[in-house]
Amino acid sequence: MDFRTVGLTENEYKTILRELGRTPNETELRLFGVMWSEHCSYKSTRPLLRLFPTEGRAVVQGPGENAGVVDLGEGFGLAFKVESHNHPSAVEPYQGAATGVGGIIRDILAMGARPVASMDGLFFGDPELRKTKALRQGIVAGIGGYGNAVGVPTVGGKTVYDEAYTENPLVNAFCAGVVRLEDMVRSDTAQPGRLVVLLGAKTGRDGIAGAAFASVELAEDTSASRPQVQIGDPFAEKLLIECCLELLEKGLIDSMQDMGAAGIISSSSEIAAKSDVGMVLDLDRVPLREKGMTPWEIALSESQERMLLIVNPDRMEQVLQVAAKWALDCTVFGETTGDGRYVMKAGGAVVVDLPPAFIGGNAPVIHWPSREPRDLEERQRLEVEELSPPKDLGAVLRSLLEDPNLGSKTWISEQYDSMVQTNTVIGPGGPVSVLRVLRGDSAPVFVAFSMEADPWKCRTDPKGGGAETMARTLRSLSVCGAEPLGWTNCLNFPSPQDPEVFWEMRECVQGMADAARALACPVVSGNVSLYNETPQKKILPTPLVVTAGLLPDLDGFLPWSRWREGDHLFLAGMPNAALGASRYLLRTFGLLRGKVLPFDAGAEQDFTARARRTAKEGAARSARSLAGGGLAVALAKEALESGIGARLDVQIPTRPDVFLFGEGGPRALYAVPPASLPLFRSIWRGAPLTELGVATGNILDVKRGFSLSLAELRDSWRR
Amino acid sequence: MRHRAEIVVTLKSGVLDIQGKAVFQSLQQLGYGELEDVRVGKVIHLLLDAPTPEKARELARGMCEDLLVNGLIEEYRISLEAAER
Amino acid sequence: MNVSVVVFPGSNCDQDAVRALASFSGRPVAQVWHGDPALPAATDLVILPGGFSYGDYLRTGAMAARSPIMEAVRRHAYEGGLVLGICNGFQILTEARLLPGALLPNKTLTFVCKPCTLRVERTDTPFTGAFRSNQVVQFPIAHHEGLFYLPEEELDELERRGQVVFRYASPEGSIAPEVSPNGSLRNIAGIVNERGNVLGLMPHPERASDPVLGGRDGLLVWQSVAGWIEGGH
Repeated sequence: MDFRTVGLTENEYKTILRELGRTPNETELRLFGVMWSEHCSYKSTRPLLRLFPTEGRAVVQGPGENAGVVDLGEGFGLAFKVESHNHPSAVEPYQGAATGVGGIIRDILAMGARPVASMDGLFFGDPELRKTKALRQGIVAGIGGYGNAVGVPTVGGKTVYDEAYTENPLVNAFCAGVVRLEDMVRSDTAQPGRLVVLLGAKTGRDGIAGAAFASVELAEDTSASRPQVQIGDPFAEKLLIECCLELLEKGLIDSMQDMGAAGIISSSSEIAAKSDVGMVLDLDRVPLREKGMTPWEIALSESQERMLLIVNPDRMEQVLQVAAKWALDCTVFGETTGDGRYVMKAGGAVVVDLPPAFIGGNAPVIHWPSREPRDLEERQRLEVEELSPPKDLGAVLRSLLEDPNLGSKTWISEQYDSMVQTNTVIGPGGPVSVLRVLRGDSAPVFVAFSMEADPWKCRTDPKGGGAETMARTLRSLSVCGAEPLGWTNCLNFPSPQDPEVFWEMRECVQGMADAARALACPVVSGNVSLYNETPQKKILPTPLVVTAGLLPDLDGFLPWSRWREGDHLFLAGMPNAALGASRYLLRTFGLLRGKVLPFDAGAEQDFTARARRTAKEGAARSARSLAGGGLAVALAKEALESGIGARLDVQIPTRPDVFLFGEGGPRALYAVPPASLPLFRSIWRGAPLTELGVATGNILDVKRGFSLSLAELRDSWRR
Repeated sequence: MRHRAEIVVTLKSGVLDIQGKAVFQSLQQLGYGELEDVRVGKVIHLLLDAPTPEKARELARGMCEDLLVNGLIEEYRISLEAAER
Repeated sequence: MNVSVVVFPGSNCDQDAVRALASFSGRPVAQVWHGDPALPAATDLVILPGGFSYGDYLRTGAMAARSPIMEAVRRHAYEGGLVLGICNGFQILTEARLLPGALLPNKTLTFVCKPCTLRVERTDTPFTGAFRSNQVVQFPIAHHEGLFYLPEEELDELERRGQVVFRYASPEGSIAPEVSPNGSLRNIAGIVNERGNVLGLMPHPERASDPVLGGRDGLLVWQSVAGWIEGGH
């Protein structure tokens, strides 16, 4: 069989011949085709990912395992990761989204952690289109259908609309779990002489070569792609979670891997490679759901809700008992050896015999050429003077609140159970989600999550956009009083074979890395999804960031939307922001142009320190870090949710629209009760601080700006 | 002898069928003005071993009464046929 | 008070109930596997928790209602013991015919999770002694099938016998149909059996048992039960 049929390049095939010293057979060739696909091997992006800082005080486990882990103290850790499931969701929205949620939950479980929270980054096309509505309905239903049933609360998310995603919706599923560090599972702990066990659902033809499918652009007619979508069973996953956690609690397993992309071959070869052991697997012993499956189908199947266990023979009896209690299939189908060879047998014959490390980790890096986009200067050119200042700023604000990107998403989040496990302090709808984490007999601690994406800024100014995306999560966490511990990211891009796309990707990563390094926040896990395009349309460069922060208790937590009559309102941070790639520019002028405010490490560090002090010392009542729509949208959201208007009278230092709607840089809107004014001012002495006015009444009134009643604002926001 | 029983379960006529109503509205929006009503139910297939068709039907009925059908809100219909090996 | 929480395959809110009751009573709460034949001796209150037992497959609560442990739960109820079904637990109790009615899909045809105000209709049950008559309280809901249904005449009978304990209400206490989040007939959110010792409700009191996490109105249910048991019933 020709190597091209399985998606390998000539160079890759030659590498395989060289390393093996022989021609691979058909089964082995198919395995390489999937394991060396972009989705599994990260061959186009490994050098880029090395740009990220991965070390930090709180890091227990960095990139390289099923999920990253940060230290929560008292022997407990938080495992978290975000992963894409874009191509399947475009073809079968409900199951694509559902199995995306299921897959990331298993990655967390594979660390030995109990999954405690989910969030989802969703990117859709024009919301007026029937196609978008259908995709959205299916995807939202799939996330809820799976997440609610499996008992993991969906505590937050981000929903973005742009016509660039019409044919290529994105579903980025995030999950976090809590693990006792002494019980944390690793892939490098397998010894020779152990049993290789398959736990969970029977194996069928689901998603065969799905990993390769994710590495290829969607063809014109997706109906032909249907057989490759996996079907999820959240009930089976719930049983799997409880069974695995019970096995871990009883100390019955040596190691565990989730079976996701490329199922059996991926999970088993990963353990063999990391633990430096050999393996012999008998595919005839794998419980099958369908007749007549070939060896490569069994090895590559992506049937859901299966885990791979490495078990000491002495413990197998007890493992079977626990599996029987949870009514899960549990089958020994192989063993680890000391000879360093990875062997698969079927029908009594050897069908695969490869060096384990070579299967997964060694796809040659592809150094795609990179070229600055020819139209970059055009994209970045923005003379504010050429934009006629709007006459009715109030109408502009209402229009922004009606923008589906900024409007209320409660109608989506209410379809998700955000409270199961009774640890949700603050659920969906705000800049940050907050969860209580129980730590056994020690006092509980609190974790805050912030999820951000700004594909428009990444399009006009990839490096600036990447930095801004990352920095926004850190600002939100600092403003509410949380100490950032680490972050995860999903890089969603079109084909890297386009040199301009590859350039954009590298610049985004560099920007994110620079921001993370300046603010000492390490990456602990992540995911890359490439080839998100159709012949007609490429997606915007879309890095998605989720950062986790720690709050030792809720005394030092500073919430938002808590204005009270008489509070003084302040803008902390520079008053002049940028209109480049802002929601305002897009919504009002239909322009996607302009550079992002340059990342200023010193200003960010200074802001972070003061913001955290403000929260810790209780110097403000309500605070919101500025993001999409700038100051005006922040004012509107605070006023709406607090139920109080404001009277603002500021000597506006720049053009009113720049002041009200500009974006970028570390800036926050604070509401300070009169008694706290001296403390607040002293914390912010020496930093840019603009006093805006007072919270009062039920009109949001900005002198020389606009005047809108709460009712008008609410009407726009909830459209 | 092998028998295949097909059980059609539907909501009793007095019971609110919200799914049926939603489907009705969607079909109307797609232009099917001829439509008068929609009710949504479910189909269950049983493959079972019994000496006679009567016995098979009795078993199927037992399963319906014991688990497959909620007699308060649902009613059912059984069709039976012999199944080859 | 001795509390047992039954765990079915797919139950999700069992640990939430265990934690809420353990924290309230200061005593360990027994967890009973669905396959067990018996409840622990001296159990006062059995809780059937929320979640997705058996994935909600076939009908919600249908398979769980036929679990081995349900025989013991039935006996416990027959002997006057207290049984509380929360959300999926309520669905299981109707399937087991320990409570009348059925829970149909929400009128919105979507899952709905949000805080919810209820009006307390009876304060003379073991579960509601600590509430005031017509008190308006807040418990969260999170369900896809919460529309309580009985044929019209049986609904009238239910009302006549005073079996409705909680109704969906506005914060001011109005029970107009628009106020119901799921279309439940007569805004019914929770009912008892004729004897009054078995309560089923769709909202989650265990999610309102901690001020930081969703309110404290749920504590009134546990207080009511504790008071009832201490009162020597």
